This record gives sequence, C-alpha cells and structure tokens, in this order.
Amino acid sequence: MDEMINLQSEEDLSPDDGIQVVAFRLGKEEYAVDILHVQEIVRLLSITRVPRSAKHIEGVVNLRGNIVAIINLHKRFNIASAGEVEDKRIVVFQFDDLKAGIIVDEVSEVLALNSKDIEETDKVYSSMSSDFIKGIARLEDRLFLLLDLQKIVE
Amino acid sequence: MKMDMSQYLDVFLEESKEHLESLNQKLLDLEKNSGDIAALNEIFRAAHTLKGMSSTMGFEDLADLTHHMENVLSDLKEGLLEVNSQVVDILFQCFDRIQLIIERIESNGSGEMDNSELVMILEGIKRGNFQMTTPTTGSVQNSKQEESLKKPPYSNTSSFEFNQYDMTLMREAASRNFNSIYIKLVVDSGCLMKSVRAFMVFKALEEDSEIIKSLPPAADLEEGKFEEKIELLVISASPSSELEKRLNAISEIKVMEIKEIDLASLSPDTLPEANGNLISGSQDLHKESKGMQKGHKVKQTVRVDIDRLDVLMNLVGELVMHKGRLEQIGAISKIAELNETIEQIDRISGDLQSVVMKVRMVPVEQVFNRFPRMVRDLAKELNREVDFLIEGKETELDRTVIDEIGDPLVHLLRNAIDHGVESPQDRLKRGKTQKATVMLRARHEGNNVYIEVEDDGAGINIKRVMEKAVEKGIISLKEAELMSPEEAIQILFNPGFTTTENITDVSGRGVGLDVVKTKIESLSGEIFVDSRPGQGTRFKIKLPLTLAIIQALMISVSQEIYAIPLGSVDETTMIKSEDIKAVQNQEVIVLRGNVLPLFRLASLLEIPGDVTKKDEMYVVIVRKGERQIGLVVDTLIGQQEIVIKSLGRILTGIPGIAGAIVSGDGFVRLIIDVATLF
Repeated sequence: MDEMINLQSEEDLSPDDGIQVVAFRLGKEEYAVDILHVQEIVRLLSITRVPRSAKHIEGVVNLRGNIVAIINLHKRFNIASAGEVEDKRIVVFQFDDLKAGIIVDEVSEVLALNSKDIEETDKVYSSMSSDFIKGIARLEDRLFLLLDLQKIVE
Repeated sequence: MKMDMSQYLDVFLEESKEHLESLNQKLLDLEKNSGDIAALNEIFRAAHTLKGMSSTMGFEDLADLTHHMENVLSDLKEGLLEVNSQVVDILFQCFDRIQLIIERIESNGSGEMDNSELVMILEGIKRGNFQMTTPTTGSVQNSKQEESLKKPPYSNTSSFEFNQYDMTLMREAASRNFNSIYIKLVVDSGCLMKSVRAFMVFKALEEDSEIIKSLPPAADLEEGKFEEKIELLVISASPSSELEKRLNAISEIKVMEIKEIDLASLSPDTLPEANGNLISGSQDLHKESKGMQKGHKVKQTVRVDIDRLDVLMNLVGELVMHKGRLEQIGAISKIAELNETIEQIDRISGDLQSVVMKVRMVPVEQVFNRFPRMVRDLAKELNREVDFLIEGKETELDRTVIDEIGDPLVHLLRNAIDHGVESPQDRLKRGKTQKATVMLRARHEGNNVYIEVEDDGAGINIKRVMEKAVEKGIISLKEAELMSPEEAIQILFNPGFTTTENITDVSGRGVGLDVVKTKIESLSGEIFVDSRPGQGTRFKIKLPLTLAIIQALMISVSQEIYAIPLGSVDETTMIKSEDIKAVQNQEVIVLRGNVLPLFRLASLLEIPGDVTKKDEMYVVIVRKGERQIGLVVDTLIGQQEIVIKSLGRILTGIPGIAGAIVSGDGFVRLIIDVATLF
C-alpha cells in the first residue's frame, strides 16, 4: 500500500502531459533536456582530444571504464563559455546504444514542466539553430530552450 | 491446447543450423565416396533429430519434409537405394529448403512452406520411379516398385534385401569357402506352434551355419508372430542341398526356395564402391562402428550468450588495466612485499586473460564448413572441375574475427573458381590436370593467423589489369609503364575495378576485392596477393589472434599520448635532422639502404601548437601493407598491454584512429590505426 501512495504522490508532482527536465546554463542562456534521457551528471573529467573528429566534439572521457564522447555545445551554438570552472558539469545522456555527454556551465535544477508552458519552436524561434531546439518553456519569468538531444548527436 | 514453445525457439534454431551444417558436410563426403557408411549414418541421424525437433516445435511442414527425406535416407542406409548424383542433388535441394524454412522461422516465426514438389520427388525416389541413369536400371525391372537395384533377380516375390553389412558378411564367408544361402520356407497353415517350428529350423541350421538375417526378425519368429513365410539368409559350411534335406525333415515345414547366392553376380554392378575396403570383414566393421561412436562422444559444453563473454572480457580488461596501475605504484614505492603480491596478481591476471581469450576462441571450422558446399555448387554452375581442399580448420580465432571473416573468404573463393580456375578443356590444353585444386588454408603463426586461398589456375593477367586500369582512368598510361607487377596487382583492390569481359552473376575479378580489403583492414588485418602466370594465384590474409587485448607501443607527441599496436611496428630508431632528405616535397629517410617516407605524427594528428624542431628525434618505423613508413614522435614511453575499447557510435570511422584505451592513470588514450592514418 505504501508504495501505491508514493507513486500517487509522485504523479502529482509531474503534471499531466508534462515532462521533467534537467535545467542547465550555457553561457547566459538557460537550457533543459528531458530527464528520461539523462543518465547522470558528473564533474568535469579530463577530456582527451580526438584528432580528425568534428569541430563540436570536445573529445572523450573515461566514465568508469567506458569511453564517452563529449559534445561541446558552446562551439555548436556559438556561445561563449561563462561561469566558474568549479560549476561546470558533464551531462551524460543515452539513447538506446548511443551514449554521449555535453559540457554545461552550470546545472541549475530539475523542473516539472506543464505542456501548456511549452511553445513550439517555429512560433518564436525560426532563425537560429532551431533544428536542435524542441521548444521553449516559460516558467514564471524564466525561459528554457528544450534541446533535442537526438538531433544533436546525429 | 498448444504448449508455448517460444522459449525453446532459440535452442531449436541454433541446433537446427548445426544439424543442417553437418548434413551438408556429410552429404559432400558421401558424394565423394558413396560407400561411406559412417557419413550416411551421420546424415540419417541428423535428419532424424531434425525431424523430431521440428515436429516437437510444431513446424509441421519442416517435419513432413524431413520425414520424407528420412525415408529415402533409410533406404539408402539399408542399401535399397543407390547413392548417385541425382539422389544427392535432390537431398541438397532438400537441405536448402530446410535452411529456407529455418530462416523463415527465425525471421517471422512461421515455418509454413509448401514442399509438395520436393516431397513428391522424394516419394518417387523411394518408390524407384525416379529416373536412374545408371546402366543397371534396365536389367532390373521389378514388378514391385519398392524393390531396389541391389535385389537379387530370384527374389522377385520376396521383400528381402541385402544391405552393405550383409554383403560384407557374405564376402567374408566366400573368402573362407562358406556358402551364402538364401532360404524361403513355408510353415504349414495348420501348424499350432509356429514358434516351435521356427526354433527347430534355427536349430537345424545352426549346427554348421549362421543365420545372418531373417524375415520376419528372429524375435518375432521366436514368439510365433508371423504368417507362414520365413525368409533366411544363412552362411553355411554345407552346400544348399544338405540344408534343404535337413529342413525338409522337420515336420510342417516346407522349403519353397533355396539358393546359393552368387556374390560375383551381385557385387560388381550393384556395389561398385563397396569393393576393397569392405572385404576386410565383419570384425573390422564392428570395430569401425565402435570407433565411430567413440569419436561421436561429444565433449561436455555449455552454451553461453556471447554478450556475457564480452562482459567477462571487459572485466578482465579492467583488471589488466588496474594491474598496470599497481605495477606503476609498486615501481615507485619499492616495497618488496607489495611487489611480490603484484607479481602474483600479474601471473593470475595473465592466466585469467588467456583463459578468457581461449573461451572466446572458436575454430575457423565454423566458417570453413559452409565452403565445400558452396564450392561444389559454384563449380557445377560454372562448369569447372575443382578439388577443394581445406587445411588447418582447427585453427582458432577470436569470435569477433570469425563472425566477420566469412564474407571476404566467400569473395576470394568465388574469385578463385570463377576467374582463377580455367575450364577443364583449357586446363587440358595447357597440360594441366583436368581437375583444378583450390586450397583454403589456415595456420597460426606467432600472434597472427594466416588464411590463404590458393588456386592453381591461370594466375592474374597483369597486362590486362593494367590495360583495364588505364581504360578506367585509375592510372595513366605513363604510370602503367612504370609500374612493377606487384604494384599492378594492387590495382585489383581499387574500388570498382574489374577485368571481366562477361560479368557473371557470381563475381567479376576485382569486384568486391576493395570491399574484401576494407573488411580485412577493419579487423586490423592485412591482405597480400601472390600470382604466377599460368600457375595460379594466392591470396593471403593476415589477422590478429584477438582484437580485444593487444600489445602496443606507447608514444607521446607534444602533450598527447598515443598507442601504436605492436603488430604494425617494425622497429624504432633515432635520427638526426640532417638525415632527413626531401623527394618531391616528401620527407624521406634512408634506413639500411631503403628509402622510407617520413611523416610527423604531430601534423598528421593536427596537434595544436608549434612543432618544435629538434636535432635528434625518435622515429617509429611502421608497416602498412608491404611498405615501411617512418613516424616522427617526441618520446617513446614503452610497451604496454592494452585493452581496446570502441569510441562509440558518434566517433566511429575516424581515419587513423582504431579505438581507445583507458590507461593505468585513468586517462583515455587513443590507438593509432596505421592502415588508415596516411
């Protein structure tokens, strides 16, 4: 019975049709990714450069014996890195058999977003690298760009 | 109600494939030597098991087909049918069909397929309706259709047949001056205790004779379970007249027919292959079958999911890595006790590693076994006569390599048969044997396995290769003139190159060779060609024993550390800057009289920062194919055992990078792939 109640209360936390996201900072902008794809968030590990790879690939790290490719979104989106080195994190995510990490300037929080708070990208954001943006979420006076991780690794 | 069998499906599929493989292989043996009883028995056993399995699993169409196949096989076994090329062809067709059905089951779970045409042919064969082209057909036109070629003419009214075993015994008997006698008896219809009469018959005969076969079987006779007729095959010291007299003395028994079997009239036509080796007698035959059974005693094995082995391998990899770290610590701290323990761990982890590697090793047999059938079919299709020889199929390779090596070998074998080997007529014209030889050879040498595909055909026509290459614009006419034969052969590996005038559906010489080369290189292997005009061609593939743990030379360039697989390192040397010469803007060095191109690893790997000019520098001499190349590096760190890890999907296919390792200090280091670096 206890478990049932717990489950119930958790469902209350995530509203209908909504998603939970991990919110983080890239430069001065705030971004978010679906928490279901996030495997873990780790401190900045020493990254080994991979020669002859694409520009936005920062390199590879050793994550408990596994080799994980690290993507530099700053380079991809042309955003200057900001904040303290101490705050930087690697957000490791996974789809099926594909694992990769992105470097973020700071991980702020885990948020529950209502679907009504999320707007389609093309309504607001037609110019920039909208391919990688799933939508924009508004929460109080903050704006979060929802990243499409799958597109980013492709 | 149907039981849920899905959980057994995997086992079923795997085992069926194994049985199918052995069917194909043994039938090939049988085709080569139609007297090969062991092969026939093996085929029968495999077919029987397959039938049982498929009907248990509810694949009725498969069960039905194998059932009919088994009927024919059983007749072959009993000697009722003769092993000839048509029967063999039909059986091969059946095997193909079975394979198709199994593949279907694997892909969509349904084994339904209409096999009626094959079943009809099989039934036809069994009834003897099948058109036999052997010369004996005409002489034996029996009223009863199930009667076989081997049946003696006088037994028209009986259903008594001799199999190989009977023949052997009879021959044995003849060689010792015993008579083989066929007897047909009738027990009086009013007889009350038929079993007693039968017993008396046996008793009368056994004085100086041996009953080697009876119909109905002896057990039935003893229980009186028979109508009136008894047929016997007897080997006796007495002539038939003596036996007849003795039998007729038993009341209520009447001899209908008694005849000494003339072996000479029986054997030469009907059992051409059975001569010679079978004369040795029954004892030997018994021994043989016993020995065979021993050989069949299967080693106890466990089927393990390959993924689990991979996990195990990874864990051992981690262990080896941390052992490396421990060794570093031990070397620094210089504590005797610690170093002793490290030595122990080193030994154990070494053993563990070799055991795990061995577990992952499988004999190349697994791949090779499907080739004889393929070569046979291909040779038939292309009208070539080919002796296909396999050597060293017990050579073991890592599972991952085995899985990948099949396709390239298929390519090479097809090329050998389609283009290497000439037609029988051409061969005779050139004074060669009519039958060509294609060899598939595997052998183990150091840390490598060599696989060779060799034919004794026409060899590669280098002139034509060059002409084609010029025609296709792969090389210029001038280049062609300067080319050595070795270089010209390398053109074969150029993508899209082919010299075939009429492209068959099988292959064109050269088509796919670039694919073969790419595949081999992706396995960290190399391929060499050796061809002599008029004498044949040999493709030699060199493969590493395993792809998981290898020895590597660790080097550094600027701040970065890389691993170069020791397999591609020839030597290391130190040169002075004045040793470097330039030829057409390419730096070269002269090493013991050989001119080698020299590359700076820092610029090949786009390492940021200035390239420091030094007076002395280390050069790693690496080997790419048959060529040596010098690589300038900053320092040589040393030799190390490394566990290769994949860079993952995002970073696959970067030229020059074969993978990554996690070094003892926890950093990721990249492995240089010499084959694709330049």
